[in-house]
Amino acid sequence: MTKLLEVKGLTAAYGQVRVLHGLDFSLEEGGVTTLLGANGAGKTTTLRAICGMVKSGGEILFEGKNILGKSTEDVARLGVAHIPEGRGTFTRMTVEENLQLGAITRRDKQNIAKDIDKMYDHFPRLKQRRTQQAGTLSGGEQQMLSIARALMLRPRLMLLDEPSFGLAPMLVREMFDILTALNRDEKASMLIVEQNAALALGIADEAYLLETGSIVMSGPAKQIGADENVRRSYLGY
Amino acid sequence: MELLTQQVLAGISTGAIYACMALAVVMIYQAIDHLNFAQGEMAMFSTFIAWQLIEKGVPYWLAFLITLVVSFIGGVAIERIVFKPIEHAPVLSHVVIFIALYSVINSMAGFIWDFTVKSFPSPFGSSPLFGSTLISSHQGGMVAVTLGLLLLLYLFFSYTSVGLAMRAAAANPASARLVGIRVSWMTALGWGMASAIGAIAGMLIAPVVFLEPNMMISILLYGFAGAVLGGLTSPGGAVLGGFAVGIIENLAGTYIPVIGAELKLPIALVVIVVVLVFKPAGLFGRVVVSRV
Amino acid sequence: MSASAHEETVVHHDIGESPEGENRPIARPATPAANAGAGARRIIFLALLAIALVLPMFIKNFVVFQLTQTMVYAIAIVGLNLLTGFNGQFSLGHSAFYAVGAYTAAIMMEHMGVNYVWTLPVAGVICFILGFLFGLPALRLEGVYLALATFALAAATPQILKLSPLEHWTGGVQGIVITKPDAPFGLPFNQDQWLYYFTLIVGVILYIAAKNLVTSRTGRALMAIRDNPIAARSMGVNTSLYKASAFGLSALYTGIAGALGAIIVQFVAPDSFTLTLSIGFLVGLVVGGVGWLPGALFGGAFLLFVPNIAEGVSKGLSGAVYGLLLIAIIYVMPSGLAGFIQAVVGKLRGK
Repeated sequence: MTKLLEVKGLTAAYGQVRVLHGLDFSLEEGGVTTLLGANGAGKTTTLRAICGMVKSGGEILFEGKNILGKSTEDVARLGVAHIPEGRGTFTRMTVEENLQLGAITRRDKQNIAKDIDKMYDHFPRLKQRRTQQAGTLSGGEQQMLSIARALMLRPRLMLLDEPSFGLAPMLVREMFDILTALNRDEKASMLIVEQNAALALGIADEAYLLETGSIVMSGPAKQIGADENVRRSYLGY
Repeated sequence: MELLTQQVLAGISTGAIYACMALAVVMIYQAIDHLNFAQGEMAMFSTFIAWQLIEKGVPYWLAFLITLVVSFIGGVAIERIVFKPIEHAPVLSHVVIFIALYSVINSMAGFIWDFTVKSFPSPFGSSPLFGSTLISSHQGGMVAVTLGLLLLLYLFFSYTSVGLAMRAAAANPASARLVGIRVSWMTALGWGMASAIGAIAGMLIAPVVFLEPNMMISILLYGFAGAVLGGLTSPGGAVLGGFAVGIIENLAGTYIPVIGAELKLPIALVVIVVVLVFKPAGLFGRVVVSRV
Repeated sequence: MSASAHEETVVHHDIGESPEGENRPIARPATPAANAGAGARRIIFLALLAIALVLPMFIKNFVVFQLTQTMVYAIAIVGLNLLTGFNGQFSLGHSAFYAVGAYTAAIMMEHMGVNYVWTLPVAGVICFILGFLFGLPALRLEGVYLALATFALAAATPQILKLSPLEHWTGGVQGIVITKPDAPFGLPFNQDQWLYYFTLIVGVILYIAAKNLVTSRTGRALMAIRDNPIAARSMGVNTSLYKASAFGLSALYTGIAGALGAIIVQFVAPDSFTLTLSIGFLVGLVVGGVGWLPGALFGGAFLLFVPNIAEGVSKGLSGAVYGLLLIAIIYVMPSGLAGFIQAVVGKLRGK
């Protein structure tokens, strides 16, 4: 069956500066793939390229169709939910409005209210704060909100950029548990970009290691996690 | 005390004008996150179009409706043609474009319709309201329409999807795109709506101040002042701010001896600035706590 | 992590917004000549200076007068650039400082019989103090609020100048007529030529001073405050002092420009210093390039010549022509001349 996402020879540049030098990777439906690498390796750029936020070349096949060159909003409307670095919360709007915004392009209006309730079941703390301005939430709560907002799209694919960033370890653990559950129960397909390699490898099926804009290693997550060099450089032991 | 009451009432009735304008200002600010300096000129131009239609014999309410539609289209057109090409330019360049737009529209109006003062009819008549000589039925109508418009806008922004999308697009265009909102359409829509509201404001104001190309200059400024005083994010605050500005202006003119008619404007602005120094978000603006 | 309260309409950094979201800079600082290298810049500067020195010999007096006026505007724009371009404080009120400088010169020359040369430093000092004092309460205001406050200043200025109690000094609505000075030491220049050279000298000195300021530690502090005031403060920069001083310095430049302007035009009157002038400075600033000092000359020229050109094209539609020309310039150079040169230099260097 066709892969959900297939990227071939992806290049990207900021102005004159080439940041990605021809990436090849793919993601199966229902799978979790992680892109690992140090700061500046090009992980965020990769996600942004998929969403049409940066000048790119090559091929990005989503459900078999090339989406390179599509605008960000068109890619979103195809069912790709991108949770950016910094979470991208609508800080001036309430929690509830943020969730509504997640679903704003959906045609099946009648199910939206039900989905919002489902989100509140997943994330009770958000329910407590539903009428609060999103900007007043803590980092962990905003991260929950951003995941919930992405889910409101009923996405075919979720792109998560550094979900552990700035969060206390316990919260990070909680969040990755939620992501694991989502993948298992809702069959949510995810492409996760992470600096915290241990966590990401714990949840992913496939892993790709990025170094200065090129993929230097790829394979099943367990295999990558067991590799000597990876362990020493990225896992700390 | 008699004088004070009189001046306050007079302030409220001129304040209705500013409130209307302030509403249009906040409207476009919500839609595009910019203050539109050419708003007054666009309103003035729309009012001239209405005037022209009425001169040609078109009945008032039909002319009103046609003007609204034309203004809406005009607003969208200006956004698409003038602003879209430079959407990534720095903020100050945008400000300069607004200035240029002001110049173009003002000049064209003067060229087409010249600078002689014209009268503009009111659908409410001009008899004294409730027997008081200070507020005429037209001014009462102005207040009513402004409040009615305010209610409609509140409902639109708070309870419709389009309204929510527009707010999101203005507040955080990048995130809005990520949820699939077509930000540039929202911006165009916002311009159209603001243009139409400005037209309503112009058509309400013209019967009082008389129609000529420079009629909106000080009104726009008072409208800005009212909007800022009320808090740029609060349409209700803007309306209240507009009324407040009217009252302040009148009281300043009456009670501060050195002030002639010309200094009323700067004094009103000074009062507002002083308020802002103590309440930076305006009287009704929401203070956002941001984490650094 | 600290939380700080901002009102909604202030552009602020917070981790909730994605990079392109709300944090559009007030201007993209341009350094087009940085690539060209200091040597090339110096050559260009000296070449322009040489041309400027020789020019009056070859052109009509009226054009000399116009060029002098251009330089005067350029000085004012440099002042505005220091405040808005390098320190991020938006001002629509600089016509007020220009007016103060102009009237200072007029009053000193006509009522006190002081030599015109001394009016410049006095105008500068007075304007610095006024600017600094205005800058203090302005510390609390940002963006649109500062715009409104400075707008009020500009709008009030002509009215204040017309106030009857001050008429003895200001000449009320009629204003003051100034006697044009002659060239000193019997130099073989007529009045217009001498004033051209005088303005040129003052302009070059002020420009070099500004250049040194922005490349110094102080300049970097100013720019740090513009780009990220919270970070600047946490690094120990006394933002309040710098911001108020920036206002003062900016006013100083504009005040000196005003004094020069008055001397050249030989006349000051309240209605010469309206909001339109402030807006003109802003337009000149943007057209030249915000955050790029040399652009001021281009901006000054635009301010002086383009309205005339517009009127020449069509008397009745001069405003429309002016507006269209302005829009056209911004389309071609969205970041002013600075951005344009930067783009051209970039293309010339190849990809």
